[in-house]
Amino acid sequence: MKPLNVVAVAAGLSKPSATRLLADRLADATRERLGGERPVEVHVIELRDLAVDIANTMVTGFPGAVLRAAIEKVTSADALIAVTPIFTASYSGLFKSFFDVVDNTALIGKPVLIAATGGTARHSLALDHALRPMFVYLRALVVPTGVYAASEDWGSGGDKHTDGLGLAERIGRAAGELADLVLRRTPSAAAPADAVEAVIPFAQQLAALKP
Amino acid sequence: MQFGIFTVGDVTPDPTTSRTPSENERIKAMVAVALKAEEIGLDVFATGEHHNPPFVPSSPTTMLGYIAARTERIILSTSTTLITTNDPVKIAEDYAMLQHLADGRVDLMMGRGNTGPVYPWFGQDIRQGIPLAIENYALLRELWRKDVVNWEGRFRTPLQSFTSTPRPLDGIPPFVWHGSIRSPEIAEQAAYYGDGFFANNIFWPKEHFIRLITLYRQRYAHYGHGTSEQAIVGLGGHIFMRKNSQDAIREFRPYFDNAPVYGHGPSLEEFMAETPLTVGSPQQIIDKTLTFRDAFGHYQRQLFLMDHAGLPLKTVLEQLDILGEEVLPVLRKEFAVGRPATVPDAPTHASLLARRDAEASAVPAPVLP
Repeated sequence: MKPLNVVAVAAGLSKPSATRLLADRLADATRERLGGERPVEVHVIELRDLAVDIANTMVTGFPGAVLRAAIEKVTSADALIAVTPIFTASYSGLFKSFFDVVDNTALIGKPVLIAATGGTARHSLALDHALRPMFVYLRALVVPTGVYAASEDWGSGGDKHTDGLGLAERIGRAAGELADLVLRRTPSAAAPADAVEAVIPFAQQLAALKP
Repeated sequence: MQFGIFTVGDVTPDPTTSRTPSENERIKAMVAVALKAEEIGLDVFATGEHHNPPFVPSSPTTMLGYIAARTERIILSTSTTLITTNDPVKIAEDYAMLQHLADGRVDLMMGRGNTGPVYPWFGQDIRQGIPLAIENYALLRELWRKDVVNWEGRFRTPLQSFTSTPRPLDGIPPFVWHGSIRSPEIAEQAAYYGDGFFANNIFWPKEHFIRLITLYRQRYAHYGHGTSEQAIVGLGGHIFMRKNSQDAIREFRPYFDNAPVYGHGPSLEEFMAETPLTVGSPQQIIDKTLTFRDAFGHYQRQLFLMDHAGLPLKTVLEQLDILGEEVLPVLRKEFAVGRPATVPDAPTHASLLARRDAEASAVPAPVLP
């Protein structure tokens, strides 16, 4: 049976990075929730390793082989987990640049879980003010729960503002929503890879211009 | 198989000297390059059309007319003629005039242009790019083929009892290529009319252009102009060569690193691996160019970009000497190997005239009363 393919994109810059850690936790939790019926494969893509390729793509207009492979992984995933550090009140430039070089129709209908890390919980709404609208523009299906991990979250339980849920519980809830979305999809929802360009017959193009 | 060069006509500082040629120098250099192209036995010289700095060739037929007077054999063409923002009436007149002056050594390549702001400079709207290309070209064809045109369209004033002069030489309009780097609509347009299709094949990986050429070939057959193998395909390419490949790379690197489009991104080596750009020995140029046939099928026209990125005229002329002496004879021989007799050459004025005369003589002349 063809395995389900979960891809996490992590835009953290340090090594080791909290963003990568959160991506791994979300991926593992999603694998667990998906488990049972079908095998699950998980790939984590660290954008730090692709930073130069992404910048090069900006100036050349086409991705090199390594970045092309990463984009292909993301666009062919059954579920996408997108995790960025919050810089200057929004997603990092590297995170945005990566999605800028992905074709803007390639993520249509894709189940996506959004997550972010930051030094303070005060920026947690960046998930809903920055990441969510971006994926809405791309017409992805973003699960309701976004996971924000501030520094203090790594060492504490929940508080009243997170319904008493700590980071681990929020990861579980978001992963559950993502898994549900993936498992409820019909096979036809997966985007077909079309080999030849669609073309409007020329006579039709000409006729459309008749005054 | 035709071989030639195409020029963008950019005025770019030479990064090794920081010297920027004047517009006058650059224009005269383009002419010198064209004359050299004829001297070394190339078949085609094509100039771009641009209406903004740092480019100089805003008036292609003026330049090509001047070159026509100083050459005897080479075909003069464009890369590309802006079918969107030029009035098709003026294109019809200008290129028919050029055809007469050059004794038929003229074809042209239609393009939509790659600079958004150029549209309003000529009173047009970039959002109408594709419809403009379709309507203007349909009118251009009519102007060249019908002596008196009554026409009404969406983008220019109607024409009543209009005759474009001079009429095309021998009543044969110039052969037209369509250049596109990304629009399947233009491949479809070229296929519909049985015109040529040109992929500039520079700056991007060849896989990108293969999709467009494949579509064009399929649609050319669909419209009954011949088999897909008989479609008229042209390709670009960008080369720099020296006897030793390391010398070529050492000399070209500063130009690459600072070139518009190429510069300040991936390395020269990465670009050579990903795109058709070839910098190396004449043999490497030959080997790489021959791979184009494997990727795109037998084709009709190969144009090289030679004078880009601030290369001094002296260097460009040396490049053309190497091209003529060491590369061109081998390419001509190798491209002929295994080429089916059913694959046509690119149409020329002479071949179109011969075909028309053959068709005319095949039909019995009407008996006059």
